Amino acid sequence: MNWHAMHAIYFFEMARTRRTLLQSVISPVISTSLYFVVFGAAIGSRIDEIEGISYGAFIVPGLIMLSLLTQSVANASFGIYFPKFTGTIYELLSAPVSYLEVAAAYVGAAASKSIILGLIILATAGLFVPLHVAHPFWMLLFLVLTAVTFSLFGFIIGIWADNFEKLQLVPLLIITPLTFLGGSFYSINMLPPVWQTITLFNPVVYLVSGFRWSFYDVADVSVGISLFMTLSFLGVFLVIVAWIFKTGYRLKT
Amino acid sequence: MVSLMPTIIAVSELSKIYESRFQALKGINLDIRRGEIFALLGPNGAGKTTLISIICGIVKASTGSVRVAGHDSVADYRAARAMIGLVPQELTTDAFESVWGAVSFSRGLFGKPANPQHIEKVLRDLSLWDKRDSKIMTLSGGMKRRLLIAKALSHEPEILFLDEPTAGVDVNLRRDMWQLVRGLQASGVTIILTTHYIDEAEEMADRIGVISKGEIILVDDKAELMRKLGRKQMILQLQTALEHIPPALAAYQLELSGDGNELIYTFDAQDERNGIVALLKDLNDAAIAFKDLHTTQSSLEDIFVSLVKDEK
Repeated sequence: MNWHAMHAIYFFEMARTRRTLLQSVISPVISTSLYFVVFGAAIGSRIDEIEGISYGAFIVPGLIMLSLLTQSVANASFGIYFPKFTGTIYELLSAPVSYLEVAAAYVGAAASKSIILGLIILATAGLFVPLHVAHPFWMLLFLVLTAVTFSLFGFIIGIWADNFEKLQLVPLLIITPLTFLGGSFYSINMLPPVWQTITLFNPVVYLVSGFRWSFYDVADVSVGISLFMTLSFLGVFLVIVAWIFKTGYRLKT
Repeated sequence: MVSLMPTIIAVSELSKIYESRFQALKGINLDIRRGEIFALLGPNGAGKTTLISIICGIVKASTGSVRVAGHDSVADYRAARAMIGLVPQELTTDAFESVWGAVSFSRGLFGKPANPQHIEKVLRDLSLWDKRDSKIMTLSGGMKRRLLIAKALSHEPEILFLDEPTAGVDVNLRRDMWQLVRGLQASGVTIILTTHYIDEAEEMADRIGVISKGEIILVDDKAELMRKLGRKQMILQLQTALEHIPPALAAYQLELSGDGNELIYTFDAQDERNGIVALLKDLNDAAIAFKDLHTTQSSLEDIFVSLVKDEK
Protein backbone atom coordinates (compact mmCIF):
# COMPACT_ATOMS: atom_id res chain seq x y z
CA MET A 1 0.00 0.00 0.00
CA ASN A 2 1.18 3.50 -0.82
CA TRP A 3 0.29 5.04 2.54
CA HIS A 4 2.11 8.27 1.77
CA ALA A 5 -0.04 8.77 -1.32
CA MET A 6 -3.25 8.07 0.56
CA HIS A 7 -2.15 10.43 3.32
CA ALA A 8 -1.30 13.12 0.72
CA ILE A 9 -4.65 12.84 -1.09
CA TYR A 10 -6.65 12.67 2.14
CA PHE A 11 -5.10 15.75 3.69
CA PHE A 12 -5.08 17.62 0.38
CA GLU A 13 -8.84 17.13 0.24
CA MET A 14 -9.34 18.01 3.90
CA ALA A 15 -7.31 21.17 3.33
CA ARG A 16 -9.81 22.14 0.63
CA THR A 17 -12.50 22.10 3.32
CA ARG A 18 -10.45 24.46 5.47
CA ARG A 19 -10.01 26.80 2.50
CA THR A 20 -13.74 26.76 1.78
CA LEU A 21 -14.99 26.69 5.36
CA LEU A 22 -17.92 29.00 4.61
CA GLN A 23 -19.20 26.85 1.77
CA SER A 24 -18.28 23.47 3.27
CA VAL A 25 -19.45 23.75 6.86
CA ILE A 26 -21.08 27.03 7.77
CA SER A 27 -23.50 27.07 4.83
CA PRO A 28 -25.03 23.61 5.57
CA VAL A 29 -25.26 24.46 9.27
CA ILE A 30 -27.16 27.67 8.50
CA SER A 31 -29.47 25.78 6.10
CA THR A 32 -30.20 23.17 8.74
CA SER A 33 -30.86 25.82 11.37
CA LEU A 34 -33.38 27.40 8.99
CA TYR A 35 -35.12 24.03 8.61
CA PHE A 36 -35.46 23.89 12.41
CA VAL A 37 -36.84 27.40 12.53
CA VAL A 38 -39.38 26.75 9.75
CA PHE A 39 -40.34 23.10 10.32
CA GLY A 40 -39.48 22.78 13.97
CA ALA A 41 -40.60 26.04 15.50
CA ALA A 42 -43.04 27.69 13.06
CA ILE A 43 -44.87 24.71 11.51
CA GLY A 44 -43.82 22.03 13.99
CA SER A 45 -45.59 23.76 16.87
CA ARG A 46 -48.89 23.11 15.06
CA ILE A 47 -48.14 19.43 14.38
CA ASP A 48 -48.94 16.72 16.89
CA GLU A 49 -46.25 14.47 18.29
CA ILE A 50 -45.27 11.57 16.04
CA GLU A 51 -45.05 8.28 17.86
CA GLY A 52 -44.56 10.16 21.10
CA ILE A 53 -41.79 12.41 19.76
CA SER A 54 -42.12 16.15 19.26
CA TYR A 55 -42.06 17.10 15.59
CA GLY A 56 -38.93 19.23 16.03
CA ALA A 57 -37.02 16.29 17.53
CA PHE A 58 -38.54 13.83 15.05
CA ILE A 59 -37.00 15.59 12.03
CA VAL A 60 -33.46 15.76 13.48
CA PRO A 61 -32.28 12.38 12.07
CA GLY A 62 -33.86 13.20 8.70
CA LEU A 63 -32.16 16.58 8.54
CA ILE A 64 -28.80 15.09 9.41
CA MET A 65 -29.35 12.41 6.77
CA LEU A 66 -30.30 15.07 4.20
CA SER A 67 -27.01 16.91 4.78
CA LEU A 68 -25.05 13.69 5.02
CA LEU A 69 -26.27 12.40 1.66
CA THR A 70 -25.97 15.65 -0.26
CA GLN A 71 -22.60 16.60 1.22
CA SER A 72 -21.10 13.12 0.81
CA VAL A 73 -22.06 13.07 -2.85
CA ALA A 74 -21.01 16.68 -3.42
CA ASN A 75 -17.64 16.39 -1.65
CA ALA A 76 -16.58 13.15 -3.29
CA SER A 77 -17.81 14.03 -6.77
CA PHE A 78 -16.12 17.43 -6.71
CA GLY A 79 -12.93 15.96 -5.24
CA ILE A 80 -12.29 13.66 -8.20
CA TYR A 81 -13.97 15.83 -10.85
CA PHE A 82 -11.87 18.93 -10.11
CA PRO A 83 -8.52 17.31 -11.10
CA LYS A 84 -10.21 16.09 -14.28
CA PHE A 85 -11.47 19.60 -14.98
CA THR A 86 -8.15 21.36 -14.31
CA GLY A 87 -6.04 18.64 -15.93
CA THR A 88 -4.08 17.82 -12.77
CA ILE A 89 -5.46 14.27 -12.99
CA TYR A 90 -2.32 13.47 -15.00
CA GLU A 91 -0.38 13.42 -11.76
CA LEU A 92 -2.75 10.97 -10.13
CA LEU A 93 -2.68 8.67 -13.15
CA SER A 94 1.10 8.70 -13.43
CA ALA A 95 1.74 8.14 -9.70
CA PRO A 96 2.66 4.75 -8.21
CA VAL A 97 -0.72 4.50 -6.57
CA SER A 98 -3.48 1.95 -7.10
CA TYR A 99 -7.05 2.89 -7.89
CA LEU A 100 -8.09 1.32 -4.62
CA GLU A 101 -5.81 3.69 -2.75
CA VAL A 102 -7.06 6.66 -4.78
CA ALA A 103 -10.69 5.78 -4.09
CA ALA A 104 -10.06 5.07 -0.41
CA ALA A 105 -8.35 8.44 0.06
CA TYR A 106 -10.95 10.51 -1.83
CA VAL A 107 -13.91 8.65 -0.35
CA GLY A 108 -12.32 8.71 3.10
CA ALA A 109 -11.85 12.47 2.94
CA ALA A 110 -15.36 13.10 1.62
CA ALA A 111 -16.90 10.81 4.24
CA SER A 112 -14.84 12.44 7.02
CA LYS A 113 -16.11 15.86 6.04
CA SER A 114 -19.70 14.64 5.95
CA ILE A 115 -19.43 12.91 9.32
CA ILE A 116 -17.93 16.03 10.91
CA LEU A 117 -20.72 18.06 9.35
CA GLY A 118 -23.34 15.58 10.57
CA LEU A 119 -22.02 15.84 14.12
CA ILE A 120 -21.98 19.65 13.90
CA ILE A 121 -25.60 19.60 12.73
CA LEU A 122 -26.44 17.24 15.57
CA ALA A 123 -24.89 19.68 18.02
CA THR A 124 -26.74 22.57 16.34
CA ALA A 125 -30.01 20.63 16.64
CA GLY A 126 -29.36 20.31 20.35
CA LEU A 127 -29.72 24.09 20.59
CA PHE A 128 -33.28 23.90 19.22
CA VAL A 129 -34.75 20.66 20.55
CA PRO A 130 -34.04 18.25 23.40
CA LEU A 131 -32.00 15.39 21.93
CA HIS A 132 -31.95 11.78 22.91
CA VAL A 133 -29.82 9.09 21.28
CA ALA A 134 -31.11 5.66 22.29
CA HIS A 135 -28.43 3.63 20.49
CA PRO A 136 -25.23 5.71 20.14
CA PHE A 137 -23.23 2.86 18.59
CA TRP A 138 -25.84 2.25 15.91
CA MET A 139 -26.20 5.97 15.36
CA LEU A 140 -22.47 6.25 14.64
CA LEU A 141 -22.53 3.09 12.53
CA PHE A 142 -25.37 4.38 10.33
CA LEU A 143 -23.66 7.76 10.15
CA VAL A 144 -20.34 6.28 8.99
CA LEU A 145 -21.87 3.66 6.67
CA THR A 146 -24.12 6.21 4.98
CA ALA A 147 -21.31 8.74 4.62
CA VAL A 148 -18.97 6.15 3.08
CA THR A 149 -21.66 4.68 0.83
CA PHE A 150 -22.75 8.00 -0.61
CA SER A 151 -19.19 9.27 -0.87
CA LEU A 152 -18.58 6.23 -3.07
CA PHE A 153 -21.64 7.21 -5.07
CA GLY A 154 -20.29 10.75 -5.37
CA PHE A 155 -16.91 9.40 -6.48
CA ILE A 156 -18.69 7.47 -9.26
CA ILE A 157 -20.59 10.61 -10.31
CA GLY A 158 -17.36 12.62 -10.32
CA ILE A 159 -15.71 10.14 -12.65
CA TRP A 160 -18.78 9.89 -14.88
CA ALA A 161 -19.36 13.66 -15.16
CA ASP A 162 -17.61 15.47 -17.94
CA ASN A 163 -19.06 18.89 -17.17
CA PHE A 164 -20.33 20.83 -14.15
CA GLU A 165 -23.96 20.37 -15.21
CA LYS A 166 -23.69 16.59 -14.96
CA LEU A 167 -21.92 16.99 -11.64
CA GLN A 168 -24.96 18.81 -10.23
CA LEU A 169 -27.56 16.71 -12.04
CA VAL A 170 -27.70 13.67 -9.76
CA PRO A 171 -27.53 15.52 -6.41
CA LEU A 172 -30.18 18.03 -7.45
CA LEU A 173 -32.56 15.84 -9.41
CA ILE A 174 -32.22 12.52 -7.58
CA ILE A 175 -30.63 12.75 -4.14
CA THR A 176 -32.49 15.79 -2.82
CA PRO A 177 -36.00 14.72 -4.00
CA LEU A 178 -35.47 11.16 -2.74
CA THR A 179 -34.37 12.49 0.65
CA PHE A 180 -37.34 14.82 0.95
CA LEU A 181 -39.69 11.97 -0.06
CA GLY A 182 -37.84 9.43 2.06
CA GLY A 183 -39.44 10.25 5.38
CA SER A 184 -37.01 12.95 6.49
CA PHE A 185 -39.84 15.21 7.64
CA TYR A 186 -42.58 12.65 8.30
CA SER A 187 -43.22 9.03 9.13
CA ILE A 188 -44.24 7.01 6.10
CA ASN A 189 -47.04 5.60 8.28
CA MET A 190 -48.68 9.03 7.85
CA LEU A 191 -49.06 8.35 4.10
CA PRO A 192 -52.02 6.60 2.42
CA PRO A 193 -51.39 2.82 2.03
CA VAL A 194 -50.62 3.05 -1.71
CA TRP A 195 -47.99 5.71 -1.17
CA GLN A 196 -46.51 3.76 1.73
CA THR A 197 -45.88 0.88 -0.70
CA ILE A 198 -44.48 3.18 -3.38
CA THR A 199 -42.22 4.89 -0.84
CA LEU A 200 -40.58 1.57 0.01
CA PHE A 201 -38.92 1.73 -3.43
CA ASN A 202 -37.11 4.85 -2.27
CA PRO A 203 -33.74 3.72 -0.89
CA VAL A 204 -33.44 6.76 1.35
CA VAL A 205 -36.41 5.53 3.42
CA TYR A 206 -34.24 2.74 4.82
CA LEU A 207 -31.37 5.06 5.65
CA VAL A 208 -33.57 7.61 7.44
CA SER A 209 -35.58 4.94 9.23
CA GLY A 210 -32.53 3.13 10.56
CA PHE A 211 -30.91 6.37 11.62
CA ARG A 212 -34.09 7.57 13.35
CA TRP A 213 -34.37 4.23 15.15
CA SER A 214 -30.89 4.77 16.61
CA PHE A 215 -32.21 8.03 18.12
CA TYR A 216 -35.74 7.25 19.28
CA ASP A 217 -36.18 3.50 19.02
CA VAL A 218 -38.94 4.01 16.46
CA ALA A 219 -38.66 3.05 12.80
CA ASP A 220 -40.76 2.90 9.61
CA VAL A 221 -39.06 -0.36 8.61
CA SER A 222 -37.16 -2.96 10.61
CA VAL A 223 -33.68 -1.83 11.61
CA GLY A 224 -32.29 -5.10 10.25
CA ILE A 225 -33.70 -4.30 6.82
CA SER A 226 -32.31 -0.76 7.07
CA LEU A 227 -28.85 -2.10 7.81
CA PHE A 228 -29.13 -4.71 5.06
CA MET A 229 -30.18 -2.06 2.52
CA THR A 230 -27.39 0.31 3.57
CA LEU A 231 -24.82 -2.47 3.18
CA SER A 232 -26.40 -3.44 -0.15
CA PHE A 233 -25.95 0.09 -1.50
CA LEU A 234 -22.38 0.03 -0.26
CA GLY A 235 -21.83 -3.29 -2.06
CA VAL A 236 -23.39 -2.04 -5.31
CA PHE A 237 -21.26 1.11 -5.33
CA LEU A 238 -18.12 -0.87 -4.51
CA VAL A 239 -18.82 -3.16 -7.49
CA ILE A 240 -19.30 -0.14 -9.78
CA VAL A 241 -16.08 1.49 -8.52
CA ALA A 242 -14.21 -1.81 -9.01
CA TRP A 243 -15.51 -1.97 -12.59
CA ILE A 244 -14.45 1.64 -13.22
CA PHE A 245 -10.96 0.83 -11.99
CA LYS A 246 -10.72 -2.33 -14.02
CA THR A 247 -11.75 -0.66 -17.25
CA GLY A 248 -10.30 2.81 -16.63
CA TYR A 249 -13.74 4.22 -17.53
CA ARG A 250 -13.51 7.98 -18.07
CA LEU A 251 -10.04 7.97 -16.52
CA LYS A 252 -7.76 6.48 -19.14
CA THR A 253 -8.10 6.49 -22.90
CA MET B 1 30.06 7.97 -22.92
CA VAL B 2 26.28 7.93 -22.93
CA SER B 3 26.29 5.29 -25.66
CA LEU B 4 27.90 2.87 -23.20
CA MET B 5 25.19 3.35 -20.62
CA PRO B 6 22.58 0.63 -20.06
CA THR B 7 19.01 0.96 -21.21
CA ILE B 8 16.71 2.51 -18.62
CA ILE B 9 13.51 2.58 -20.70
CA ALA B 10 12.76 -0.11 -23.26
CA VAL B 11 9.73 0.43 -25.48
CA SER B 12 8.78 -2.61 -27.48
CA GLU B 13 6.27 -2.90 -30.37
CA LEU B 14 4.12 -0.20 -28.81
CA SER B 15 0.91 0.66 -30.63
CA LYS B 16 -2.04 2.82 -29.73
CA ILE B 17 -5.37 2.95 -31.46
CA TYR B 18 -7.87 5.35 -29.87
CA GLU B 19 -11.60 4.65 -29.69
CA SER B 20 -12.03 6.99 -32.64
CA ARG B 21 -9.94 4.37 -34.55
CA PHE B 22 -7.14 6.89 -34.97
CA GLN B 23 -3.83 5.05 -34.76
CA ALA B 24 -1.48 7.31 -32.84
CA LEU B 25 1.44 4.88 -32.53
CA LYS B 26 2.48 2.08 -34.89
CA GLY B 27 4.75 -0.54 -33.39
CA ILE B 28 7.25 1.78 -31.68
CA ASN B 29 10.58 0.30 -30.59
CA LEU B 30 12.80 2.63 -28.63
CA ASP B 31 15.52 2.34 -26.01
CA ILE B 32 16.44 5.24 -23.73
CA ARG B 33 19.86 5.06 -22.11
CA ARG B 34 20.52 5.81 -18.49
CA GLY B 35 21.87 9.31 -17.96
CA GLU B 36 21.25 10.68 -21.43
CA ILE B 37 19.23 13.61 -22.67
CA PHE B 38 17.00 12.24 -25.38
CA ALA B 39 15.07 14.66 -27.58
CA LEU B 40 11.97 13.42 -29.31
CA LEU B 41 11.15 15.54 -32.31
CA GLY B 42 8.09 15.40 -34.45
CA PRO B 43 5.40 17.57 -35.99
CA ASN B 44 2.05 18.15 -34.28
CA GLY B 45 0.03 14.95 -34.01
CA ALA B 46 3.06 12.75 -34.64
CA GLY B 47 2.48 10.76 -31.43
CA LYS B 48 5.03 12.33 -29.06
CA THR B 49 2.64 13.02 -26.19
CA THR B 50 0.84 9.69 -26.65
CA LEU B 51 4.16 7.87 -26.39
CA ILE B 52 5.13 9.75 -23.22
CA SER B 53 1.65 9.29 -21.75
CA ILE B 54 1.81 5.52 -22.23
CA ILE B 55 5.26 5.28 -20.66
CA CYS B 56 4.06 7.33 -17.68
CA GLY B 57 0.83 5.34 -17.26
CA ILE B 58 -1.66 8.02 -18.29
CA VAL B 59 -2.79 6.31 -21.49
CA LYS B 60 -3.25 2.59 -22.06
CA ALA B 61 -1.29 0.94 -24.86
CA SER B 62 -3.22 -1.12 -27.40
CA THR B 63 -0.33 -3.53 -27.85
CA GLY B 64 3.32 -3.72 -26.89
CA SER B 65 5.17 -3.12 -23.65
CA VAL B 66 7.28 -0.62 -21.74
CA ARG B 67 9.93 -1.58 -19.23
CA VAL B 68 11.43 0.99 -16.88
CA ALA B 69 14.70 -0.20 -15.37
CA GLY B 70 13.43 -3.72 -15.97
CA HIS B 71 10.02 -3.12 -14.41
CA ASP B 72 7.01 -3.69 -16.64
CA SER B 73 5.02 -0.45 -16.69
CA VAL B 74 1.72 -2.32 -16.27
CA ALA B 75 2.45 -5.43 -14.19
CA ASP B 76 4.96 -3.65 -11.95
CA TYR B 77 3.63 -0.13 -12.29
CA ARG B 78 4.52 0.98 -8.78
CA ALA B 79 8.24 0.44 -9.23
CA ALA B 80 8.18 1.80 -12.77
CA ARG B 81 6.23 4.97 -12.02
CA ALA B 82 8.13 5.75 -8.82
CA MET B 83 11.22 6.33 -10.96
CA ILE B 84 9.54 8.81 -13.30
CA GLY B 85 8.75 12.50 -13.04
CA LEU B 86 6.56 14.12 -15.68
CA VAL B 87 6.30 17.76 -16.65
CA PRO B 88 3.23 18.05 -18.86
CA GLN B 89 2.86 20.35 -21.81
CA GLU B 90 -0.17 22.20 -20.43
CA LEU B 91 0.11 24.45 -17.37
CA THR B 92 -2.19 22.26 -15.29
CA THR B 93 -2.18 23.30 -11.65
CA ASP B 94 -4.54 23.51 -8.71
CA ALA B 95 -4.99 27.27 -8.69
CA PHE B 96 -6.04 27.56 -5.04
CA GLU B 97 -3.19 25.54 -3.54
CA SER B 98 0.07 27.09 -2.30
CA VAL B 99 3.37 26.37 -4.02
CA TRP B 100 4.70 24.53 -0.98
CA GLY B 101 1.49 22.53 -0.59
CA ALA B 102 1.40 21.51 -4.24
CA VAL B 103 5.01 20.33 -4.32
CA SER B 104 4.70 18.50 -1.00
CA PHE B 105 1.52 16.81 -2.26
CA SER B 106 3.37 15.51 -5.32
CA ARG B 107 6.13 14.02 -3.17
CA GLY B 108 3.59 12.18 -1.01
CA LEU B 109 1.63 11.00 -4.04
CA PHE B 110 4.74 9.29 -5.35
CA GLY B 111 5.18 7.40 -2.11
CA LYS B 112 7.94 9.41 -0.49
CA PRO B 113 7.86 10.53 3.16
CA ALA B 114 7.84 14.27 3.84
CA ASN B 115 11.24 15.90 3.37
CA PRO B 116 11.06 19.67 3.82
CA GLN B 117 14.81 20.05 3.13
CA HIS B 118 14.46 18.48 -0.31
CA ILE B 119 11.36 20.53 -1.15
CA GLU B 120 13.23 23.67 -0.08
CA LYS B 121 16.20 22.75 -2.29
CA VAL B 122 13.98 22.13 -5.30
CA LEU B 123 12.13 25.41 -4.80
CA ARG B 124 15.38 27.32 -4.36
CA ASP B 125 16.90 25.69 -7.47
CA LEU B 126 13.87 26.79 -9.44
CA SER B 127 13.77 30.29 -7.94
CA LEU B 128 10.40 29.61 -6.34
CA TRP B 129 11.44 29.76 -2.69
CA ASP B 130 10.16 33.31 -2.26
CA LYS B 131 6.80 32.20 -3.62
CA ARG B 132 6.44 29.12 -1.43
CA ASP B 133 3.40 30.47 0.42
CA SER B 134 1.78 32.08 -2.62
CA LYS B 135 -1.29 30.61 -4.18
CA ILE B 136 -0.60 29.13 -7.58
CA MET B 137 -3.16 31.38 -9.24
CA THR B 138 -0.96 34.38 -8.42
CA LEU B 139 2.08 33.00 -10.28
CA SER B 140 3.16 34.07 -13.76
CA GLY B 141 3.20 31.59 -16.63
CA GLY B 142 6.94 31.08 -16.30
CA MET B 143 6.64 30.45 -12.57
CA LYS B 144 3.86 27.92 -13.15
CA ARG B 145 6.10 26.12 -15.63
CA ARG B 146 8.86 25.99 -13.01
CA LEU B 147 6.34 24.82 -10.43
CA LEU B 148 5.43 21.87 -12.65
CA ILE B 149 9.11 20.99 -12.85
CA ALA B 150 9.38 21.31 -9.06
CA LYS B 151 6.43 18.94 -8.64
CA ALA B 152 8.02 16.46 -11.02
CA LEU B 153 11.31 16.63 -9.11
CA SER B 154 9.73 16.48 -5.67
CA HIS B 155 10.09 12.71 -5.35
CA GLU B 156 13.68 12.62 -6.66
CA PRO B 157 12.96 10.73 -9.90
CA GLU B 158 15.66 9.00 -11.89
CA ILE B 159 13.87 9.76 -15.15
CA LEU B 160 12.35 13.09 -16.08
CA PHE B 161 9.96 13.61 -18.99
CA LEU B 162 9.69 17.18 -20.21
CA ASP B 163 6.86 17.60 -22.68
CA GLU B 164 7.49 20.87 -24.51
CA PRO B 165 9.19 22.40 -21.44
CA THR B 166 9.93 25.79 -22.93
CA ALA B 167 6.75 26.33 -24.94
CA GLY B 168 5.72 29.93 -24.48
CA VAL B 169 8.50 30.97 -22.11
CA ASP B 170 10.82 33.89 -22.66
CA VAL B 171 14.43 33.61 -23.79
CA ASN B 172 15.96 34.06 -20.34
CA LEU B 173 13.78 31.44 -18.73
CA ARG B 174 14.52 29.11 -21.62
CA ARG B 175 18.23 29.47 -20.98
CA ASP B 176 17.65 28.88 -17.26
CA MET B 177 15.72 25.72 -18.07
CA TRP B 178 18.51 24.43 -20.27
CA GLN B 179 20.94 25.04 -17.45
CA LEU B 180 18.65 23.24 -15.02
CA VAL B 181 18.32 20.27 -17.36
CA ARG B 182 22.08 20.04 -17.72
CA GLY B 183 22.42 20.17 -13.95
CA LEU B 184 19.90 17.35 -13.58
CA GLN B 185 21.75 15.26 -16.11
CA ALA B 186 24.98 15.86 -14.23
CA SER B 187 23.28 14.52 -11.10
CA GLY B 188 22.42 11.31 -12.95
CA VAL B 189 18.85 11.98 -14.06
CA THR B 190 17.84 10.65 -17.46
CA ILE B 191 15.91 13.25 -19.41
CA ILE B 192 13.50 12.78 -22.26
CA LEU B 193 12.21 15.96 -23.80
CA THR B 194 9.87 16.68 -26.62
CA THR B 195 10.18 19.98 -28.31
CA HIS B 196 9.20 21.97 -31.34
CA TYR B 197 12.34 24.06 -30.98
CA ILE B 198 15.00 22.35 -33.03
CA ASP B 199 17.68 24.58 -31.56
CA GLU B 200 16.69 23.29 -28.14
CA ALA B 201 17.30 19.70 -29.19
CA GLU B 202 20.50 20.74 -30.93
CA GLU B 203 21.66 22.54 -27.82
CA MET B 204 20.65 19.94 -25.24
CA ALA B 205 20.32 16.43 -26.58
CA ASP B 206 22.78 13.55 -26.63
CA ARG B 207 20.53 11.56 -28.91
CA ILE B 208 17.60 12.49 -31.07
CA GLY B 209 14.59 10.51 -32.17
CA VAL B 210 12.27 11.67 -34.89
CA ILE B 211 8.67 10.49 -34.81
CA SER B 212 6.26 11.02 -37.64
CA LYS B 213 2.75 9.65 -38.11
CA GLY B 214 3.14 7.35 -35.13
CA GLU B 215 6.41 5.80 -36.28
CA ILE B 216 9.96 6.37 -35.13
CA ILE B 217 11.71 7.14 -38.37
CA LEU B 218 15.14 7.79 -36.96
CA VAL B 219 17.12 7.54 -33.73
CA ASP B 220 20.75 8.53 -33.59
CA ASP B 221 23.40 10.37 -31.66
CA LYS B 222 22.98 14.03 -32.35
CA ALA B 223 26.54 14.47 -33.57
CA GLU B 224 26.26 11.37 -35.75
CA LEU B 225 22.95 12.55 -37.13
CA MET B 226 24.43 15.89 -38.03
CA ARG B 227 27.40 14.19 -39.60
CA LYS B 228 25.42 11.66 -41.58
CA LEU B 229 22.62 13.81 -42.79
CA GLY B 230 24.18 17.23 -42.62
CA ARG B 231 24.94 18.74 -45.98
CA LYS B 232 27.75 21.19 -46.32
CA GLN B 233 27.89 24.06 -48.71
CA MET B 234 30.94 25.94 -49.93
CA ILE B 235 30.21 29.49 -51.03
CA LEU B 236 32.70 31.21 -53.30
CA GLN B 237 32.57 34.98 -53.60
CA LEU B 238 33.65 35.77 -57.13
CA GLN B 239 35.86 38.64 -58.19
CA THR B 240 33.74 39.14 -61.30
CA ALA B 241 30.05 38.36 -61.50
CA LEU B 242 28.98 35.55 -63.83
CA GLU B 243 25.94 35.56 -66.10
CA HIS B 244 25.77 31.78 -66.20
CA ILE B 245 27.71 28.75 -65.04
CA PRO B 246 30.17 27.54 -67.67
CA PRO B 247 29.28 24.14 -69.20
CA ALA B 248 32.67 22.78 -68.10
CA LEU B 249 31.50 23.02 -64.48
CA ALA B 250 28.10 21.36 -65.05
CA ALA B 251 29.18 18.13 -63.27
CA TYR B 252 29.44 19.99 -59.95
CA GLN B 253 25.77 21.06 -60.02
CA LEU B 254 26.72 24.51 -58.85
CA GLU B 255 24.19 27.21 -58.00
CA LEU B 256 24.70 30.83 -58.97
CA SER B 257 23.37 33.56 -56.68
CA GLY B 258 20.88 36.03 -58.11
CA ASP B 259 23.44 38.79 -58.62
CA GLY B 260 25.99 36.35 -60.09
CA ASN B 261 28.56 37.15 -57.42
CA GLU B 262 28.46 33.81 -55.57
CA LEU B 263 28.89 30.24 -56.61
CA ILE B 264 27.45 27.66 -54.24
CA TYR B 265 28.72 24.10 -54.15
CA THR B 266 26.84 21.51 -52.07
CA PHE B 267 28.70 18.40 -51.01
CA ASP B 268 28.44 15.41 -48.72
CA ALA B 269 30.20 16.21 -45.45
CA GLN B 270 31.07 12.59 -44.72
CA ASP B 271 32.45 11.80 -48.16
CA GLU B 272 36.24 12.01 -48.15
CA ARG B 273 36.24 12.61 -51.91
CA ASN B 274 34.02 15.62 -51.78
CA GLY B 275 35.27 17.16 -55.05
CA ILE B 276 36.48 20.45 -53.59
CA VAL B 277 40.04 20.11 -54.88
CA ALA B 278 38.84 19.20 -58.36
CA LEU B 279 36.34 22.07 -58.37
CA LEU B 280 38.98 24.61 -57.38
CA LYS B 281 41.27 23.33 -60.16
CA ASP B 282 38.49 23.48 -62.75
CA LEU B 283 37.59 26.99 -61.65
CA ASN B 284 41.19 27.99 -62.15
CA ASP B 285 41.20 26.36 -65.60
CA ALA B 286 38.03 28.26 -66.47
CA ALA B 287 39.69 31.50 -65.33
CA ILE B 288 37.05 32.11 -62.67
CA ALA B 289 38.72 33.90 -59.79
CA PHE B 290 37.24 34.24 -56.29
CA LYS B 291 38.14 36.60 -53.52
CA ASP B 292 36.79 34.66 -50.55
CA LEU B 293 35.13 31.39 -49.61
CA HIS B 294 33.34 29.95 -46.60
CA THR B 295 31.40 26.80 -45.72
CA THR B 296 28.10 26.23 -43.91
CA GLN B 297 26.57 23.05 -42.50
CA SER B 298 22.89 22.04 -42.32
CA SER B 299 21.25 22.71 -39.00
CA LEU B 300 19.22 20.09 -37.18
CA GLU B 301 16.17 21.99 -38.33
CA ASP B 302 17.14 21.47 -41.96
CA ILE B 303 17.63 17.77 -41.26
CA PHE B 304 14.31 17.48 -39.42
CA VAL B 305 12.36 19.28 -42.14
CA SER B 306 14.01 17.10 -44.74
CA LEU B 307 13.20 13.89 -42.86
CA VAL B 308 9.58 14.75 -42.23
CA LYS B 309 9.14 15.96 -45.81
CA ASP B 310 10.53 12.65 -47.08
CA GLU B 311 7.97 10.82 -44.96
CA LYS B 312 5.15 12.74 -46.61
